[in-house]
Amino acid sequence: MKPPRFDYLAPVSLDEALALLGRHGEEAKVLAGGQSLVPLLNFRLARPAYLIDLNEVPGLDGIRIEDGRIAIGAMTRQRAVETSALVRERCPLLAEAMPQIGHVQIRNRGTIGGSLAHADPAAELPAVMAALGGELVVRSVGGQRVVGAEQFFVRYLTTAIAPGELLVEVRLPAVPPRSGSAFLEVSRRHGDFALVGVAATLVLDAAGVCAASAVALTGVGPTPVVAREAAAVLVGARPGEAAFEEAGRRAAAAVRPESDLHASAEYRQHLAAVLTRRALARAAARAAGSPGNGASPS
Amino acid sequence: MKERAIGVTVNGRRYERTVEVRKTLADFLRDDLELTGTHLGCEHGVCGACTIVLDGAAVRSCLLFAAQVNGRDVRTVEGLAEGEALNPLQEAFREHHGLQCGFCTPGFLMTLTCFLAECPDPSEAQVREAISGNLCRCTGYKNIVAAALAAAAARKGS
Repeated sequence: MKPPRFDYLAPVSLDEALALLGRHGEEAKVLAGGQSLVPLLNFRLARPAYLIDLNEVPGLDGIRIEDGRIAIGAMTRQRAVETSALVRERCPLLAEAMPQIGHVQIRNRGTIGGSLAHADPAAELPAVMAALGGELVVRSVGGQRVVGAEQFFVRYLTTAIAPGELLVEVRLPAVPPRSGSAFLEVSRRHGDFALVGVAATLVLDAAGVCAASAVALTGVGPTPVVAREAAAVLVGARPGEAAFEEAGRRAAAAVRPESDLHASAEYRQHLAAVLTRRALARAAARAAGSPGNGASPS
Repeated sequence: MKERAIGVTVNGRRYERTVEVRKTLADFLRDDLELTGTHLGCEHGVCGACTIVLDGAAVRSCLLFAAQVNGRDVRTVEGLAEGEALNPLQEAFREHHGLQCGFCTPGFLMTLTCFLAECPDPSEAQVREAISGNLCRCTGYKNIVAAALAAAAARKGS
């Protein structure tokens, strides 16, 4: 279980990293935290000719507010996102999902950009990005483009990042007042990838009527699934148990999970319904108790 | 590059070596520095046996390359004891039979060293979550949890 031979490149600026990526394109793999890539190397499932290590490139990490949005550098360690007061305050859905990623030793090294670029179909972050309508900033020597979360995840372990491009930043929209969110998952053990995970958001108007909602699921297909028909049940009425239940049914109907060693397709579909119902109920309770609603957050 | 010259501090001692770039930090510690206290179980980041402390944070040394620790500070299980004297966490493991076969112990000790520094007065549930990334195949978690709680209590009492 040792990695195959590769040529190691350690750029010390973003321009140098992009130039190397431009030159080596398809033959290169980008090394961020290495928590997914190094196992693939050790198993010899990946055999890149070049490894471009971003760990010595300054300026790719950090969490800041920009035009009201949260911008997170791709090389920001997952543990830094997890413990960020700014993330907890401005993006509680992300804050709630973070501790469910792997274990602390993984999050100490793993990066937010690395996880998103790896695009594991059972990972937490892709579902969070999809539910929030986040954006991913991708750069190459030719320039920069911004990709919406739903366009970013193309298929199993495959994103919209083209050879020669690098994910440099993740942007999350500001959370409106009177909103709540929840991330729930079921996994076999704490720290495992989710069998099924659900990210849900819900916004209330001043009268307590649901103005907007989003539901995204992980572990139920090759990419995160945005269950619009599930969230639509909530909009236009006061949130309640019957609507949560119906949203759960619709979420389960919207996904086509596969059976594997860990869970049957039927069980995953069951989890999709139950977790959607619970996540929406929790999101609604939090929205009702949010500061914009004149009460303290739950 | 296929090789890289690195300078790294391990347990307070500075080492200068040239390493093959594909050599993991775990193999570098064990083979090049002969610090064989860091154990390798799965070599793909699941078992936690190879956990070391890099610049104050517990990480898997099987998922890092030695070429990446140039200029960094590494602590391994060899750095815990003061000469022949076990440190309080190690002493608590001995006292509470937290070792059993001992293979996973270095990883648990390094994980708990960081955890107890951040969370000096943990609940049992917090300890169990903290060690969730370390596997013990003797299935002896009960004694490991007891040792961690005892170490925390001893520190508080002293």
